[in-house]
Amino acid sequence: MSVDHATVRKIASLARIAVSDAEVEAMVPELNAILGFVEQLGEVDTSAIQPMTAVIPNTLRLREDVVTDGNIRDAVLANAPAAEHGFFGVPKVIE
Amino acid sequence: MTNLTELGVAALRDGFRAGDFSAREVADAFNANVAAAKALNAFIVETPDHALQAAEQADRDRSEGNLKPLSGVPIGMKDLFATKNVQTTAASHILEGFKPQYESTVSGKLWSAGAGMLGKLNLDQFAMGSSNETSYFGNVISPWRRPNDTAPLAPGGSSGGSSAAIAARLCPAATGTDTGGSIRQPAAFTGISGIKPTYGRCSRWGVVAFASSLDQAGPMANDVRDCAIMLENMAGFDPKDSTSLELAVPNWEAALSADLKGKKIGIPKEYRVDNMPAEIDALWEQGIQWLKDAGAEIVNVSLPHTKYALAAYYIIAPAEASSNLARYDGVRYGLRNLPDGAGLQDMYAATRAAGFGPEVKRRIMIGTYVLSAGFYDAYYTQAQKVRALIARDFERAFEQCDLLLTPTAPSAAFALGEKNADPLEMYLNDVFTVPTSLAGLPAMSVPGGVDAQGLPLGLQIIGRALDEQGVLNAGLAIEERAGFTARAGKWW
Repeated sequence: MSVDHATVRKIASLARIAVSDAEVEAMVPELNAILGFVEQLGEVDTSAIQPMTAVIPNTLRLREDVVTDGNIRDAVLANAPAAEHGFFGVPKVIE
Repeated sequence: MTNLTELGVAALRDGFRAGDFSAREVADAFNANVAAAKALNAFIVETPDHALQAAEQADRDRSEGNLKPLSGVPIGMKDLFATKNVQTTAASHILEGFKPQYESTVSGKLWSAGAGMLGKLNLDQFAMGSSNETSYFGNVISPWRRPNDTAPLAPGGSSGGSSAAIAARLCPAATGTDTGGSIRQPAAFTGISGIKPTYGRCSRWGVVAFASSLDQAGPMANDVRDCAIMLENMAGFDPKDSTSLELAVPNWEAALSADLKGKKIGIPKEYRVDNMPAEIDALWEQGIQWLKDAGAEIVNVSLPHTKYALAAYYIIAPAEASSNLARYDGVRYGLRNLPDGAGLQDMYAATRAAGFGPEVKRRIMIGTYVLSAGFYDAYYTQAQKVRALIARDFERAFEQCDLLLTPTAPSAAFALGEKNADPLEMYLNDVFTVPTSLAGLPAMSVPGGVDAQGLPLGLQIIGRALDEQGVLNAGLAIEERAGFTARAGKWW
């Protein structure tokens, strides 16, 4: 499988990364080289193999259903590029 | 008087306890070395005050008979660990200026153990790279050089600030993180030691996420004992990390032993790759002799799916990265790029375009593609199946042996700029370290010798899950026999 200019634009849009025409031009061969490299996995017979889900056997723990933190609004907002009135600020999304 | 910056973690700890010097003297000496080594660009932020405060506390604690495991020892912190009120960037423009309001579990444990912080160490952006050329804050320059040549060499990556700083004696030890070799390969390139423990030993909480099923923190230091001491103070169960192992931390330092009688060391034939420099092959053979001399028995083993490890890694790691890095949106922290009149979606795209470097974008794009509708099974599911086969290879090999010995990297350090034209060529640097990461196993690099140009070469020991002790002990056996004393000549 390989990607063309339109596909690269589509991926960039899904990934929310703005790309210029020149960047798309450069990315097409780069991504195709990497995809060409990983293509070799297709030759491995995995018909009887379950995909790995946990690298070291482990069980998900449960904890008591209690509040363990909170009341840290100012700390949560401390690094926001735009925080107003105790909220994150974003550009207007409704006309 | 002893030159304090020549001492490692154990010597600093023990000398401080014995009253040979004060913690303040140690912190002053290392702070001075850090301040004088700007040419290496190993640090993104220097924190001399943090080191001094910890030292003054250690001096007070000593006078009150209240010694902690790392009292008197200042360290470097890879800038992938969140440190409270100290800028944490993952070497990316998108996090420039970010000052976490919390402390990562691993760094918090080290401060509780009495250590102080000399600074935040440079790295490849989001730990994506093998040469430290993807940092937004400039390349780290290795203290090592080829003879009669001033061309800057790569310190390895992604923990290249850590490796360069230790090799240049700017800090006695540092934290690293390893997703596909990011502790072991830079250790090998700079003639130091580093261990990636079993996945789940060190908490990932507060470590900027790259590929969560692979990311694992570990120490880097001058020798095996120092790595053991550091790891004891970094590891441990953390309820805030769902994949943290609920196990007691062993006393790795106390149980160090270079006697390998009764141990079987496997030599995987698939690691004899094409075009491997003869010097690395010779060092590997030498390593086998050293381990035999330590009492071990050598057996040949096979890891048949080794050749597919890199391909599986370059699907799994970018896939997880594309998901993890979705959080950088210009809303909650970090960079915001808001073009005139832009809406929310445009702001996301402009912020991420301006904030991420080319290699990070490349991996997010690959990850987005392999996870997209219609391609998920062909790429991601298949890669996770191959990963299961790679893990099974190790399980089968460990039915015949206790540990594996391999080279750490397929070459010595290369010059900056030498390999970054082709991303794939750079990826091949991790050919010996990636399989272990995919299987979550503990592995360490120790310096074995130098190549014809006088540059360090490392040997890798891989162990069964949770057998850090076996890995450290074999590392010690090599260290004692290799007698590695080569040093980078000071030019900075």
